[in-house]
Amino acid sequence: MFVPPEFKVIIDQEKCIRCKACTIQCSFEALSFSDEEGQIIADNNKCVCCQRCMAMCPTKAISVIKNPIVYAPHPTWTEEKRRDIYIQAQTGSAILTGVGSTQSTIPYLFDHLLLDACQVTNPAIDAIREPMELRTYIGRKPRRLEFKSLNEDYELKTEIAPNLLMETPIMIAGMSYGAISLEAHKACAMAAKEQGTFFNSGEGGLHTDQYIYGDHIIVQVASGRFGVHMDYLNVAAAVEIKIGQGAKPGMGGHLPGEKITEPISQTRMIPVGTDALSPAPQHDIYSIEDLSQLIYAIKEATRYEKPVLVKISAVHNSAAIASGIVRGGADAVVIDGFRGSTGAAPKVAEDHIGIPIAAAIAAVDDRLCNEGIRDEASLIASGGIRCAGDIAKAIALGADAVAIGMSVLIAMGCRICKKCYTGRCPWGIATQRPELRKRLNIEIAAKRVSNLLAAWSLELKEILGANGMNSIESLRGNRERLRAVGLDQPTLDVLGVKPAGR
Amino acid sequence: MKTIDAKDLSYKQLNEKLFNSIDDGERQIRLTNVKGQRYIAAGCTLKDLEIEIEGTPGNDLGAFMNGPTITVKGNVQDATGNTMNYGRIIIQGDSRDVTGHSMRGGMILIKGNIGYRVGLHMKAFGNNFPIIVAGGKAGDFLGEYMAGGILIVLGLLNDDDERLIGDWTGTGMHAGVIYVKGNVTEDQLGYGAKLIDFTEEDREQITPILREYSKNFGIKLSQLNKEKFTKIVPVSYRPYGKLYALKI
Repeated sequence: MFVPPEFKVIIDQEKCIRCKACTIQCSFEALSFSDEEGQIIADNNKCVCCQRCMAMCPTKAISVIKNPIVYAPHPTWTEEKRRDIYIQAQTGSAILTGVGSTQSTIPYLFDHLLLDACQVTNPAIDAIREPMELRTYIGRKPRRLEFKSLNEDYELKTEIAPNLLMETPIMIAGMSYGAISLEAHKACAMAAKEQGTFFNSGEGGLHTDQYIYGDHIIVQVASGRFGVHMDYLNVAAAVEIKIGQGAKPGMGGHLPGEKITEPISQTRMIPVGTDALSPAPQHDIYSIEDLSQLIYAIKEATRYEKPVLVKISAVHNSAAIASGIVRGGADAVVIDGFRGSTGAAPKVAEDHIGIPIAAAIAAVDDRLCNEGIRDEASLIASGGIRCAGDIAKAIALGADAVAIGMSVLIAMGCRICKKCYTGRCPWGIATQRPELRKRLNIEIAAKRVSNLLAAWSLELKEILGANGMNSIESLRGNRERLRAVGLDQPTLDVLGVKPAGR
Repeated sequence: MKTIDAKDLSYKQLNEKLFNSIDDGERQIRLTNVKGQRYIAAGCTLKDLEIEIEGTPGNDLGAFMNGPTITVKGNVQDATGNTMNYGRIIIQGDSRDVTGHSMRGGMILIKGNIGYRVGLHMKAFGNNFPIIVAGGKAGDFLGEYMAGGILIVLGLLNDDDERLIGDWTGTGMHAGVIYVKGNVTEDQLGYGAKLIDFTEEDREQITPILREYSKNFGIKLSQLNKEKFTKIVPVSYRPYGKLYALKI
């Protein structure tokens, strides 16, 4: 059945020098050289608008535009809904997509929140010239400190649980080697090290080249247990049990055998070419007690030397679940909101399952505070964090730190073409093809990610200064510094935020 | 051989004592009066270490283990050998649910019966090849999501007409083999598993495993290896190739 192409490639034949670079650069094979016509021709149906050809064309002869072909307008049967139905009627399959929810009708709560600033009565601080503290510790905090006196000196008697020291409250979210290239994976680890923060390995194991960054890596233990062995657990700074992710709550994953290349096979510890299946649940975890069992199995195996985090997707009952996770012995709860990105997820899950991260942060923070267990674990929020403003708002709502994934990939050069699952990423990020991987320079990518972390950290300091604060601690859970615009009363109640003007 | 009395010790205290002894150079350690302490020898990677347990260890015995040999004179509870990479666990009694969860290598030999979801997502890789052998019968979901290795159920303790495995066997299985010394019907299998003929090549493959079993439990090999086994394998080794439509 005819489905109009989404994009249209326009080639300025006068500018084009017939170098054919674009035909090599286009990994989706949308561009080719026609000997008959003596010029580059485009197959609009194959174009995904990755902008690679535009970037690489030496004479800037190519432009890609949204195809102006109109679908007869209808408010219910949008272009997107109609396209999906055409495809599903043809294939009988669930639609797979990359990046994250394209659901635009559900409000993005951070965009309805505004931060405060000092005027006259409480002086603002010049963040560029005054010391500003972003240092954040992730892990269980002691409820009280006891000391014993030794001669004239004092010594700490309370045993302090292992904590992760972050120089900025921003970590890099779990992205597996397999979902992204080894080059992208390495760039994340290098940037995390440079900025004194952490990179989460994701659930695909850790390439041995990455072991040198172990002090800045959190490793994941997920339902497939891919690449989980003692060296992996020992080399990391912390271990995260992955229960779910925001892009596809309650769903597992299937990495098709085509993507299990030799190095991926070594890292995931499964044979080359086999399907790697991550079951939807962890089948040894059907309750909080079972979760606690795995938390302590990991703690025992690593001799209580590192924090154990538990990651869940933000769902309706997150607050009660988070309470159970903390009581189960986790040192941090990671909550991934419904706008969380991914390399591949069923579209129906991305667009329709879960709750916004802002609501989940507020609900979990409230619950843990009300139960008097907020100090027993840190709260890390992720899922659609796009700028320093989002981070400040997440922290003001109650998060200790945030994790960013998609922003990191955009920093490396991702153009959000949403085709990560095809393995054809023309920017060398979400691909395992050797010729495409070479397009990503590790050092440059690491520097760009590091720059992003530095830039957002600076902006956070400026926000703190504007609020007359000199430490991120003062903003944490400080919802008095937030006001909302255009939200209904129940949502304001959940967020614990007043409307603007009040 | 060093002996540690586990009486009235928490799992943390017991493991601390165990690991301190290992650090002191002990390589043969006996744990007595074990009563439900979890995580014994979790994460231990010494190949020459032998641990003998008297009593009933708790869940996650030998979790993430990569090397040692553990012998249990008694029953064990859930998740024995969870994500174990290498080593041996020999159990003189029964073993409960999710024994060998995501096990990647080594061997778990059980004299008695096994619980539900045994061999869940066990997988082979390179030189690592996980093996679980149960002397008695198995519960439902045996070999669920199985991705490699061998599971054998012998039914030595059971009547001839008794069902040796439960329902939903091999649900989501995509590699590996299950052998059952007795009759299995199609309705006992889950989605993704099928029955195929047991061949002489299969017998060659399992004979060394059964020899090991016979040596450990003093049962004659001829008794283990006499009749035909039922063989269960995946319907497809690539079940997830065409699950989703690529949105172009």
